[in-house]
Amino acid sequence: MTYTYLITGGTTPDGIQTDIIVDSDGRIAQLGQHLSADGAKIIDATGKIVLPGLVDLHTHLREPGNNDAETIETGTRAAAMGGYTAVHAMANSDPVADTAGVVEQVYRLGKEAGWTDVYPVGAVTVGLAGEHLAEFSAMHDSAAKVIMFSDDGMCVWDPVLMRRALECVKSFDGFIAQHAQEPRLTNGAQMNESALSSELGLAGWPAVAEESIIARDVLLAQHVDSRVHICHVSTAGSVELIRWAKSQGINVTAEVTPHHLLLTEDYVKTYDPVYKVNPPLRKDSDVHALRNGLADGTIDTVGTDHAPHTEETKQCEWVVAAMGMTGLETALPVIQHTMVDTGLMDWHGVAQVMSANPARIYRHTDQGQLTETGGLVEGALANIAVYDPAHRFVVNPINHTSKSTNSPYRGMELVGKVTNVLYRGHQVVADANISSPYQRS
Amino acid sequence: MRHLLATRNLSYDNAMAILDTAQEMATVSQRSIKKLPTLRGQTVVNLFFEDSTRTRTSFEAAAKRLSADVLNFAVKTSSVSKGESLKDTVQTLEAIGGDAIVMRHWASGAANQLANFGWSSSAIINAGDGTHEHPTQALLDAFTLRNRLHKQHATGKNLEDVHVVIVGDILHSRVARSNVWLLHTLGAKVTLSGPPTLMPVGVNTWPVDINYDLDALLAQRPDAIMMLRVQAERMSGDFFPSASEYTRGWGLTNDRYKTIAGTQTFIMHPGPMNRGLEISAAAADSVQNTALEQVANGVSVRMAVLYLLLASQPGQ
Amino acid sequence: MVSEPVRKARTVMSESDINRVLTRIAHEILEANRGIENLLILGIPRRGVPLANRLAAKLAEIEPEFVVDDRTGQLDITLYRDDLARAESRIPVSTIIPPAGIDNAVVVLVDDVLYSGRTIRAALDALADIGRPHTVRLAVLVDRGHRQLPLRADYVGKNLPTASSEHVLVQMEEIDGSNQGYTSDQVQIVDVID
Repeated sequence: MTYTYLITGGTTPDGIQTDIIVDSDGRIAQLGQHLSADGAKIIDATGKIVLPGLVDLHTHLREPGNNDAETIETGTRAAAMGGYTAVHAMANSDPVADTAGVVEQVYRLGKEAGWTDVYPVGAVTVGLAGEHLAEFSAMHDSAAKVIMFSDDGMCVWDPVLMRRALECVKSFDGFIAQHAQEPRLTNGAQMNESALSSELGLAGWPAVAEESIIARDVLLAQHVDSRVHICHVSTAGSVELIRWAKSQGINVTAEVTPHHLLLTEDYVKTYDPVYKVNPPLRKDSDVHALRNGLADGTIDTVGTDHAPHTEETKQCEWVVAAMGMTGLETALPVIQHTMVDTGLMDWHGVAQVMSANPARIYRHTDQGQLTETGGLVEGALANIAVYDPAHRFVVNPINHTSKSTNSPYRGMELVGKVTNVLYRGHQVVADANISSPYQRS
Repeated sequence: MRHLLATRNLSYDNAMAILDTAQEMATVSQRSIKKLPTLRGQTVVNLFFEDSTRTRTSFEAAAKRLSADVLNFAVKTSSVSKGESLKDTVQTLEAIGGDAIVMRHWASGAANQLANFGWSSSAIINAGDGTHEHPTQALLDAFTLRNRLHKQHATGKNLEDVHVVIVGDILHSRVARSNVWLLHTLGAKVTLSGPPTLMPVGVNTWPVDINYDLDALLAQRPDAIMMLRVQAERMSGDFFPSASEYTRGWGLTNDRYKTIAGTQTFIMHPGPMNRGLEISAAAADSVQNTALEQVANGVSVRMAVLYLLLASQPGQ
Repeated sequence: MVSEPVRKARTVMSESDINRVLTRIAHEILEANRGIENLLILGIPRRGVPLANRLAAKLAEIEPEFVVDDRTGQLDITLYRDDLARAESRIPVSTIIPPAGIDNAVVVLVDDVLYSGRTIRAALDALADIGRPHTVRLAVLVDRGHRQLPLRADYVGKNLPTASSEHVLVQMEEIDGSNQGYTSDQVQIVDVID
């Protein structure tokens, strides 16, 4: 057995300074102190955090259909730069990922790119139209082995369709990821409905439109004994509902985005569409409820909802601007800022919500592996991110790897930088620069 | 003052400066020579993304009375049929060379974007943006109110202790928003009335009282009652059962008008009026109605705004 | 004005000097006009207005038939200035013309200090938009020179040679009386060092 990498001096999420030897099979061969490995390239992680590669359950890669905004190649490069070794590509491409053909195409392009794992998410309904269920089994039986289905961008609002979808995925332990948005209550909605939306003259997106769907869906999941995942939870009320559902033993998991953990509706005062996102930025009280929900385990995971958009769809009137913001390359610094630096969470917690938990939700066995105490796992596939938690910088989306520049953090000072990423034992990010992709033999 | 985008953040001093300047502009409109040389050589662009002959004509008259050149630019786009982007349109106009852009747009915030995103170096005057604000309408309403109350002694007077009732579709009204903020800044007491479905969420945080009972409000003898224009399409379906149901509750019907006829309560309307819907013919034609003064005062107020924004711009 | 760093103020006209020259100017106007017929006294805001009022009062003293209210007004020139772009916007004040109007009148414009002549140029434009006087005359308290336009005053209280760097400061009770530091009406030359 030959050794390829020796990561020295870094601290794993359990808080222990741990050296890591990676072998030529791309696996973690040995963990310990003061290790040496002949012939291995040394990655100096002194003073840095060594995390299991991050897993994003909520990524828009835009291919096929909107390659001007992002491609699978550029989106997964951006993911790697953000410390991710697996992303889940949402189904709202063009054509929609509602057939085995499209999910296999996305899966294959992801593999060819070689920057991260790419798992396509299948649509729940044909064309995301909310009328007829898509062919779950065909997508599951395809090479992509899809188990996660979502109409993200649209809500599966028809309660009968939602019930049937939850039932269908039971046969292969799949789950439905719901974009919780009651469509009639959010017709033409532009921002959080509040005194501010009234002042700004923008149609409101009320919290109840999210909460009423979550309430319905956790009850449906309970009733049919299936599994539901709530995408991008954005309100304090939603956190309460999920907390209640979990206390009842309902099989629900939930996700929050980095931007909902940091930004509030006050940014909308600028009318700068870079802050236009769905669900919308909410209030300070929501931000704090979301942080606490993530810290206490009510919310299981951080999903970026990375939503790249071209300039022309953002440099226009607010009401016609596209919704969404990029997030892959800023997620970890934002989580450090909102959760770690605030004392709400340690790095073990970060490794759980950004890697172990999403991997567990998707039943991955080669991503997000962590010991009980937050250590890395010997013998596991070497999906590893090295993160410098002291690097201070001002966000400039021009420097991002993503094709799009619609980052809401533009001009904001953040702390933290991913310096090295091993994906399947291959160094895809070296010294904070994109390196070379993983080649399958 | 560099731009006039909203009354929400318009200071008391600037609001009073506009009203007092408008007072002098109004005397010019009564002379036989109605023109001033003040803005000679400056160009005002009327950029209208939404039809409004009344507002555009008012701004055009104001600019011309100050000897500015006027370019009218109408753009046919909407949120459904997107054409050339706002940014491109404005940069085209910049290349032609304007000093001020008067913009009416269907999108809330469009004027703020123009002023703040570096797309334009002109002074921006918001002539109505979506359901956000229409600051010159509120200024001319305040001006009209002040003149009715104080006649030739209006200069320097604010609206302290004046009670104004605004009636109708507050939710979708940029006129209502601009009036609420400006009237509050000038010291007036504002009461909103209308169907609860057409009251914005969070209106309880605004500096206003809410009273759904229009008859009770009229009995209080407010100084002015401002009837907002009703958009017929909003009076059916989602917001309200029917137009007649609206009129019964919040229209200034003949019966309601009789309760204030001959009193000191002024009837204001931003125009154009829907007779028989939000206002009866008798109320529309009454001497208490200020609608025509509002139109005339619109020119004076817009002259004042153009003068105050443009006369202090460093020459380029 | 008040907060500027002021050095070396010297008084060149006292309250009684001002009073005396206004009396003289009143006599000169009556002599030149051969009486009060068609006379209209228009002050240019700000300090031209109290000067015009005082001058009108003198005229009425001499000629009791001169009815001050019918023969006195003020002419605002803010909207006719040619230097608006260089200054912060000024809020215009009222132009007040007696009911008989200015057509065929002998208008005497009154201002405190005649300097570049641009104010008077603006005043002539403003007058032309109001009507057509028979004659326009100019009365000033102080002529400090440095004209930039071919204009001259018909009635001058005092010719005051000045340097451009100096300011001429006129204080009148009607305008400045409420200011701290006002003691009495006077004209000062102030050397401003900034």
